Amino acid sequence: MPTLIKDGQVIENTWVLIGKESDLSSVLSHASEQVLVPLSLWQEHKSDLQASEKAIGVWLDSDDDTYELGSDALELPLIALNFPVFMDGRSYSSAAILRQRIGYKGELRAVGEILRDQLFYMKKCGINSFEISDSVKLEDALAAFSDFSNNYQSTIEDPLPLFRRR
Amino acid sequence: MYIYDSYDKQMLQDRITQYRDQTKRFLAGELSNEQFLPLRLQNGLYIQRLAPMLRVAIPYGCLSSNQLRKLASIARDYDKGYAHFSTRQNIQYNWPILEQTPDLLAELAEVEMHAIQTSGNCIRNTTTDQFAGVAVGEIEDSRPWCEIIRQWSTFHPEFAYLPRKFKIAVCGTPNDQAATQVHDIGLYIKKNKDGEVGFQVLVGGGLGRTPVIGAEICEFLPWQHLLTYLDAIMRVYNRFGRRDNKYKARIKILVKAIGADAFREKVEAEWQHDKEGPATLSQEEVDRCKSFFTDPDYQTLDDSDSEINAQLEKDLLFSHWMERNVVAHKKPGYRIVTLCLKETGVAPGDASDRQMEFVADLAEKYSFSEVRVTHEQNLVLTDVRLQDLYVLYQGCKQEALATPYVGLINDIVCCPGGDFCSLANAKSIPIAESIQRRFEDFDIQKNIGDLTLNISGCMNACGHHHVGNIGILGVDKKGSEFYQVTLGGSADRDAAIGKVLGPSFAQAEMPDVIEKIINVYLEKRQDSESFIATYNRIGIEPYKEKVYADAD
Ligand code: SF4
Repeated sequence: MPTLIKDGQVIENTWVLIGKESDLSSVLSHASEQVLVPLSLWQEHKSDLQASEKAIGVWLDSDDDTYELGSDALELPLIALNFPVFMDGRSYSSAAILRQRIGYKGELRAVGEILRDQLFYMKKCGINSFEISDSVKLEDALAAFSDFSNNYQSTIEDPLPLFRRR
Repeated sequence: MYIYDSYDKQMLQDRITQYRDQTKRFLAGELSNEQFLPLRLQNGLYIQRLAPMLRVAIPYGCLSSNQLRKLASIARDYDKGYAHFSTRQNIQYNWPILEQTPDLLAELAEVEMHAIQTSGNCIRNTTTDQFAGVAVGEIEDSRPWCEIIRQWSTFHPEFAYLPRKFKIAVCGTPNDQAATQVHDIGLYIKKNKDGEVGFQVLVGGGLGRTPVIGAEICEFLPWQHLLTYLDAIMRVYNRFGRRDNKYKARIKILVKAIGADAFREKVEAEWQHDKEGPATLSQEEVDRCKSFFTDPDYQTLDDSDSEINAQLEKDLLFSHWMERNVVAHKKPGYRIVTLCLKETGVAPGDASDRQMEFVADLAEKYSFSEVRVTHEQNLVLTDVRLQDLYVLYQGCKQEALATPYVGLINDIVCCPGGDFCSLANAKSIPIAESIQRRFEDFDIQKNIGDLTLNISGCMNACGHHHVGNIGILGVDKKGSEFYQVTLGGSADRDAAIGKVLGPSFAQAEMPDVIEKIINVYLEKRQDSESFIATYNRIGIEPYKEKVYADAD
């Protein structure tokens, strides 16, 4: 089981992520009360999913268009962003769009291949929970959030760029 | 020069600590080769044919004497006593040991240098015209803007894992010496009718497998919006650039695929949100960055010197050097001097530790302790008094740094090629040498006049062969090394991609082929027409006929 870190704390993962091949009934009949569904399923069955007793979150793959989720995001308790391989950097932009453009304030989770050396940047882009890959040592992962003492740019975490704080 | 404050220093130290830890984890087997790869690349470390290669950033080509001395001592202590200045205004060491690279980087940090983002799929070192700040007729000094971009692009959290590498060039001089139009983003500094500074923004230029001249997506971007606009471009590229095929992953392919207009629309749509956001540049920040690039203490001088004039009469070689390597400066009595790293028999762009130290001393003595690196792989002293030129020249001669070739056929731009690079199809350095030997005589070179000749060992085009007036590309033909020739390329404001002459040639044929091309030019030129002007007038056919007719 991958370890979940949220806001710097290790917590238990109570959510289940279901794959793109799943259909509505498999969600509604799922044993878990908290289910992350793929964007396509959400788009197709939004009202059914909203009507269900379960807590429903949405996960976006790296090639999904975040803007398609749009303001639906604001209602969701959890959004997960997939990093299918750590070299695929699209979900950093998805995170920034969700936070900055769409105004999503809830939990934003990184799933997929989540390695130590990407955590700092992910956090700067507004991701606040991380399903760490098994190969990563927990103490390494926790240390990664303070790899850098500062950053030059305007980021989601600190909108003021360094030149406005210098 | 920009001087680091406590923030810059701390972030650089953080990076060294991070990299030291990454290297340790890799050596301990905690990081796989595949996982370590992008991490070491973002710190400039390649694994090459014979050993690792470390590429150190020289931000927009500017170096202090102290920094150059450090580069020299690193060449001695960690390498074989020399290093290679690249076409990206960076420097490369060919023989460092992986285990020692964290120490090497720590030494670099002592002089505020690093290898951050010099390779990998991220935003690379920003480049500019080597004469920025001293050129005659300059629109605006590009260096403060480059520094602003350097800071913005360094450790940008959203854009560290792009589809492919990303290169930005800025140009504020009338003669573009930065090959601005063949960069992922090219920025020409402009002034509007009210004298306000802004940028003409080009995107999607590039060399490699699919050479393209950048397309304009913004005619005049007011300076305040520089970073927000760059963020918008990067975001569109990061989201939509292809990731399935590394040869189709550069931004140029995206811009071609959807068209410049559609690309502009996407950028504008993103940009609208951020346009007035906190990343909007402030006058204070621009002033702060400009304060590092003010004029040195120039003296008030005459723009002629009788002793220099006398030496010009007496010393023919000196007069050659003055003619080719020395150009006018914005201040009377000062000159810009190019030290040519193209001595025949030495790989173009290579310099020994001793030469680097010598240049550092020269700069300290004669040029306010600053050196520039050019994308033509030469070094430049930007602020030399006219009266000092003869002494300086004599010193350079002793150190094999006075070849009077600048801008001539023997000022060859050449990538490391098959002698070092694991991606190469063919060697490039021996080709450069064989051509230099053929045209060794200065009078022959001078008669040919302005000409750029660029050699790359493979399609990656590190030698910028597409934009050489004559371009040479190493190709693999059934397992042996062959060379394809292109003509008509140009990297200046009239940028053009060279056209392929025809079937490729064996290594031994190359000097003859080049000589035949030159002979066609010499035969056909009118008055003082340059090589490229003649080519543009008569087209490729006459060259083709000559070169291949004799071959039949
Ligand atoms: S052009 Fe090819 S051979 Fe030359 S340095 Fe670049 S990658 Fe290597």
